Amino acid sequence: MKILRFGCMALAVALFAVGCAKTVKPVTVPAVTTNAAPSSAAPEASTLPAPAQTQISPLDDPSNILYKKVVYFDFDKSNIKPEFLDLLTAHAKYLIANPNQKIRIEGYTDERGTWEYNIALGDRRAQSVRRFLLFQGVNPDQISTVSYGEAHAVCHEHNEACWHLNRRAVLVYLNQ
Amino acid sequence: MRRKFLLIIGLALLPLAASHATLEITVTRGVNTAVPVAIVPFAWQVQGPAPSTDVAAVISADLTRSGLFKAIPVKSMLEKPTEASAINFTNWRILAVNDLVIGRIKPAGSGNYQVEFQLFNVYTSQQLLGLSVLTTPQSLRWTAHKISDLIYQKLTGQRGAFATRIAYVEVSGRAGKDSHYALVVADSDGANPQTVFTSNEPIMSPDWSPDGKYIAYVSFENQRPAIYWQNIYTGRRELLSERPGLNSAPVFSPDGKSLALVLSSSPGNPDIYVMNLSTHALRRITHSDAIDTEPAWSPDGQSLYFTSDRGGSPQIYKVNLNGGRPERITFDGNYNARARISPDGQTLAMVHRENGQLHIAVMNLNTGALLTLTDGDLDKSPSFAPNGSMIIYEANYRDRGVLAEVSVDGQVHERLSESQTGMSLHAPVWGPFLSQ
Repeated sequence: MKILRFGCMALAVALFAVGCAKTVKPVTVPAVTTNAAPSSAAPEASTLPAPAQTQISPLDDPSNILYKKVVYFDFDKSNIKPEFLDLLTAHAKYLIANPNQKIRIEGYTDERGTWEYNIALGDRRAQSVRRFLLFQGVNPDQISTVSYGEAHAVCHEHNEACWHLNRRAVLVYLNQ
Repeated sequence: MRRKFLLIIGLALLPLAASHATLEITVTRGVNTAVPVAIVPFAWQVQGPAPSTDVAAVISADLTRSGLFKAIPVKSMLEKPTEASAINFTNWRILAVNDLVIGRIKPAGSGNYQVEFQLFNVYTSQQLLGLSVLTTPQSLRWTAHKISDLIYQKLTGQRGAFATRIAYVEVSGRAGKDSHYALVVADSDGANPQTVFTSNEPIMSPDWSPDGKYIAYVSFENQRPAIYWQNIYTGRRELLSERPGLNSAPVFSPDGKSLALVLSSSPGNPDIYVMNLSTHALRRITHSDAIDTEPAWSPDGQSLYFTSDRGGSPQIYKVNLNGGRPERITFDGNYNARARISPDGQTLAMVHRENGQLHIAVMNLNTGALLTLTDGDLDKSPSFAPNGSMIIYEANYRDRGVLAEVSVDGQVHERLSESQTGMSLHAPVWGPFLSQ
């Protein structure tokens, strides 16, 4: 077939014949869409550096709600408190808009329980957040969970100010 | 995965002590009726310098640690006989000593020792026990523990648990990043600590096999919990379960052939399973929508006790492995968890929470009566000595985890703490009687 096509092409070049075009399949060029906004100053010469318009991710922008990635729980409880609904809704929207982004939800507890029951309680908290995100429409494939229970505490004082900080679920955005 | 397995290898027990800070033991509360005994320093009848192990001191510490005896200090002794013919019992009656131990260490060929000891009742002047134990120099301390066991059994009628081992998790560093975890095996008095596994991620829930050769534990080395078991003599580890979700709370069956563990079959719903250790086949035991975790075997291997919050908050339940519904066991308070059953099957030890504080409590399985044994804030992880007389557990003291022991009647209390600062000790588990 190759030889034939070459021969045809050669022939076409030589004779401007269109008969060989029948063997060539029409190629449709798919429409290319891009999310990227056109850069305001497209460099023509290669010596010019790219414009310093580094777009900070909303996840890393302190003024963005997505910057916060921790929700806190009441003692022995795993239900999402009303004050975190907006935060989790925002994360859900971001994940839906970025279907290739994966997160791991890490569940934790304070120290006032047994090690293994705390693993289960931390897991319940992570699952609680996961369920909320799924209910908002996030694809389950984007979410994994793990519980560390009381391990990896953020503080070690034996008072409510510290215990409160340890009763948490953390949304960890995973690098691609 | 393979690469990671090679990097985090298990370590094997060495015959000699590794470089490790020994645990310090403090008897914080003793029995008023502890029987005064005297262990006279043993005669060293071998050529060469005396060994670092003071056999009499080890025996004294063992017997005192049981809470049933109180060994008098050497400086109080009016005489220090090492042969029976040299004993003047009057010198001991004056001190109200009830029982006297004397001994000698002799050469036994090939560099080994013969340790001879004799036990006397001071008031009757009768010899109760006279034995000779052959030992290598390296095993001298272990032999002292075996002698303690023999003396303890003669005087109490109960088998001693001094020649046994414990395992625990040692954590150094505080912030999440610099935390370092080690699984350590030591003699039951904390001596000869040796690390058998280390990781930068949490290690939890160690459990001894009934033959004392393996420890099963949970490791987060792959950033998620997995259950491994490791031969402590060869260092060989095998992965038992790394299923999605929880892999938790492994406990060997009394016959050593099975392992009860916790998996989450569906998200947020941990359940109890039993794994056949030969085939790794799983059998599901609980089916509730609640948290079911922390299984513990009855000594006859027929039932599992476990923690469940199916009633609203964690309580302990019992289920017969031959069938039948789980039956609730604890009713005092709203948090009872992490059951362990005494070797004679009569007593259940647990973590009992009251006003946010965790204590170790025991329940008489015949009468249902609950007795709180400890008064710390964060007492957890109780484990019975193989003779059922003591419970080792973890406590918080001066802001770090320490190991502590309490007698089953709550009379005797001890604390074993890491002498190096910055180290926290957790999850102690008492090993079985050892045949050698």
